[in-house]
Amino acid sequence: MTIFPTTEAELSEAITSATTPLVISGGGTRRVRTADGAHLSTARLSGIVDYEPGALTMVAKAGTPLADIQAALAAEHQQLAFEPSLMGSVLGQDGQSTIGGVFATNASGSRRIQAGAARDFLLGVRFVDGAGNVVKNGGRVMKNVTGYDLVKLLAGSWGTLGVMSEVSFKVLPLAETMATIAVHVSDAATATAAMTASLNTPFDVTGAAYDPASGRAVVRVEGFEKSVAYRAAALRDVLAQFGAVEILDNAASAPIWTGLQNLDALVGTTGDLWRVSVKPTDGAEVIARVCPTAYVMDWSGGLIWMRTAAGQDVRTALTGIDGHATCHIGRAPQFHPNAAGVEMLMSAIRSKFDPHAKLNQGLMG
Amino acid sequence: MEMPIPSDDRIARKSELMSRLRAALPAECVIDDPMETRAYECDALSAYRCPPLGVVLPYTTEQVAAALRICNDLDIPVVPRGAGTSLAGGSLPTADSIILGVARMNDVLDTDYANRIIRVQTGRTNLSVTGAVETDGFFYAPDPSSQLACAIAGNIAMNSGGAHCLKYGVTSNNLMGVRLVTMQGDILDIGGAHLDAAGLDLLGVICGSEGQLGIVTEATLRIIHKPEGALPVLIGFDSNEVAGTCVSDIIRAGVLPVAIEFMDRPCIRATEDFAKAGYPDCEALLIIEVEGSPLEIEEQLEKIIAIAKTHKPVEVRRATDTAEAARIWLGRKSAFGAMGQINDYMCLDGTIPVSQLPYVLRRIGEMSREFGLDVGNVFHAGDGNMHPLILYNANEDGQLELCEKFGAEILKLCVEVGGCLTGEHGVGIEKRDLMDHQFAPADLEAQMAIKDVFDHRWLLNPAKVFPLAASASRRDQGV
Ligand SMILES: Cc1cc2nc3c(=O)[nH]c(=O)nc-3n(C[C@H](O)[C@H](O)[C@H](O)COP(=O)(O)OP(=O)(O)OC[C@H]3O[C@@H](n4cnc5c(N)ncnc54)[C@H](O)[C@@H]3O)c2cc1C
Repeated sequence: MTIFPTTEAELSEAITSATTPLVISGGGTRRVRTADGAHLSTARLSGIVDYEPGALTMVAKAGTPLADIQAALAAEHQQLAFEPSLMGSVLGQDGQSTIGGVFATNASGSRRIQAGAARDFLLGVRFVDGAGNVVKNGGRVMKNVTGYDLVKLLAGSWGTLGVMSEVSFKVLPLAETMATIAVHVSDAATATAAMTASLNTPFDVTGAAYDPASGRAVVRVEGFEKSVAYRAAALRDVLAQFGAVEILDNAASAPIWTGLQNLDALVGTTGDLWRVSVKPTDGAEVIARVCPTAYVMDWSGGLIWMRTAAGQDVRTALTGIDGHATCHIGRAPQFHPNAAGVEMLMSAIRSKFDPHAKLNQGLMG
Repeated sequence: MEMPIPSDDRIARKSELMSRLRAALPAECVIDDPMETRAYECDALSAYRCPPLGVVLPYTTEQVAAALRICNDLDIPVVPRGAGTSLAGGSLPTADSIILGVARMNDVLDTDYANRIIRVQTGRTNLSVTGAVETDGFFYAPDPSSQLACAIAGNIAMNSGGAHCLKYGVTSNNLMGVRLVTMQGDILDIGGAHLDAAGLDLLGVICGSEGQLGIVTEATLRIIHKPEGALPVLIGFDSNEVAGTCVSDIIRAGVLPVAIEFMDRPCIRATEDFAKAGYPDCEALLIIEVEGSPLEIEEQLEKIIAIAKTHKPVEVRRATDTAEAARIWLGRKSAFGAMGQINDYMCLDGTIPVSQLPYVLRRIGEMSREFGLDVGNVFHAGDGNMHPLILYNANEDGQLELCEKFGAEILKLCVEVGGCLTGEHGVGIEKRDLMDHQFAPADLEAQMAIKDVFDHRWLLNPAKVFPLAASASRRDQGV
């Protein structure tokens, strides 16, 4: 059974009256690996509440389809600059990603390295905690340090602290154009060196990724026409030392970056699905240790999405490397355990916000 | 501003406290000579001061942990301190507390250009973080106007911003990891050189927690390669409304300047008298800065000026070289100092939705006449973070109270129009008792629950952030 509250009051009522644990979803595209329970969906808490293009801010109910948000933004030549990563295709889930789901999972794409993560764009939340309390934090203005920042805590909490009913967030102008500088390389280490070199320039790179199947590392610049042409040419010179370089124009660039957003490189592959987040220069070492059956690197090497043989223990392979691995398909627990002291704080926070253990039980430990 | 009554029991334990601290730390780290502790009686909200029981200035994280364990044991409140430049009273002590300052911990621990991070001890000043990497072409982006003096410790605790945060974000967007010592003396590493958290984003809530969750002794910060150059344009208008509309048009046109600063007439006049920056005599002016190569700067400035021209500016002054750029920035950078020349001032920090700018400025003008106190406005217009400066005379009886009352009305107005009480300075004691205007009891309860988790006896900076009435039962547990 799935409960579909249509108002915040109904959402609160649904949580208060629940007698079994709840499995929380938005559009269901990011499947949570949690204990069984009744299903609670925000899909009918939907609609854009307020949009001020001149202030770069939008407020929307949590269940609003991402597609609706993106259409409204596109009409004003604006966008979600953190390029939410989309999990539907690779997880084989249909359904529509919702804006609440995007923020609850801190789903951040290629532009993370320059513009920031979903959590950096989230300005305010309204949510219902596990005891049914309606709580607001943050607001709809871009700068706000009034009280503790529960907004960032809720971002990426995967529904374990509360169910968001409304989110407000910062948006940015769409760039007039972009170019992609592609350099042909044969391994992850060279790709990382090339991506690092491009980021250590003044040329404001907004994406740096490596897809071994295509044999090239790609670096993106965006902005006004003349500026993009200038920076692309400058980066071509920087990257020439790593391999043959080509510059792709706006039209040729688009599919590369939407492909990364959708994890196209891993759609249709099999095995366990892992997401590894490490220091960029450790990415190549992770690949060498894990030997995934397929992978794609983003964030200049700091983010690796990979397929491995079923049951392969990726976390042990990371020993000695700072960072963490999330298991989206496989038997391992979904989230990487933290050091004992940190884990204790997290679980104490979860018990404060969800005292009766109702929300996405077992998901985060 | 009211502070809780200090506990006599705690004060009575002073000598035991001092001797245990002295046994655990090097002699020079523990200070209770009243002459030497004077400097720690207040921060930049200097209307409020109070001598602490003592001051502890450790050299290492382990010493911080040792000091905290002793205070925890003796039930002594601890007020963390960086450089003491808080404008909100964040590092104001009480008579039954100690100040724990990180000023002696200011080393660079690691610079890693390949991963674009720097790891520092948090007593290091903001500007000297950039100082450590700028010869290699990098910088640390958040740039509070106090950056010469303020420490990364305070920046993290207040989630400080700066003029350039329109493009680069505030502290929390540039903070990647911390070493945190809890009140129990446990040392925890949270975050690091990787770009997101495993599990809950504790780093997100630690940043901006005003020294109430733990003492931050080390930080991993994001550094960025410097742009090729930057130049501002100054544009004068004959009304605040028009200047406000121009800001919003620029943003809508897809230009993203690194800074859009706004000054109104009272502020322009004061700065002119003081700094002689050669500003035009007008109602409102904008300083807009863009970055890039000469060609890119030109492309952006042209677009900005074209938009501005549709609003009949009274003056457009475009910097063509760094000397002219410096002259344009001179007035803005000396605005606070200029206002200080005229009188004592109180600097507010509310944020409003940009669309409410004309209305709020008009209301502030009306209230200024009602209260009989002058106000100058200088602020970060791109993000709606206002800094009304209210002038008053501290030597005249009742003026401080009047000024505070006026300030409170302005902040309530900010909340009313959809904004908030503080955009970058923090709540401290200053806005503590206004929190009820922005938050319902359940909202504050959720925040206080976080403090319960990190510091269940409420010993770290306890009398800040939350209205005293709301936090009373929690603060009084040990007493
Ligand atoms: C002239 C002037 C201009 C300013 N301009 C700006 C500006 O443009 N933008 C802006 O955002 N702010 C500005 N400020 C405010 C102030 O500089 C910032 O809040 C700054 O970050 C405070 O840093 P600090 O090291 O001086 O902190 P302190 O004043 O020492 O402390 C501030 C808070 O941090 C806590 N704290 C200190 N150290 C630690 C630690 N190690 N661990 C945990 N908590 C700790 C304290 O308890 C306190 O609550 C300005 C102040 C002045 C005086």
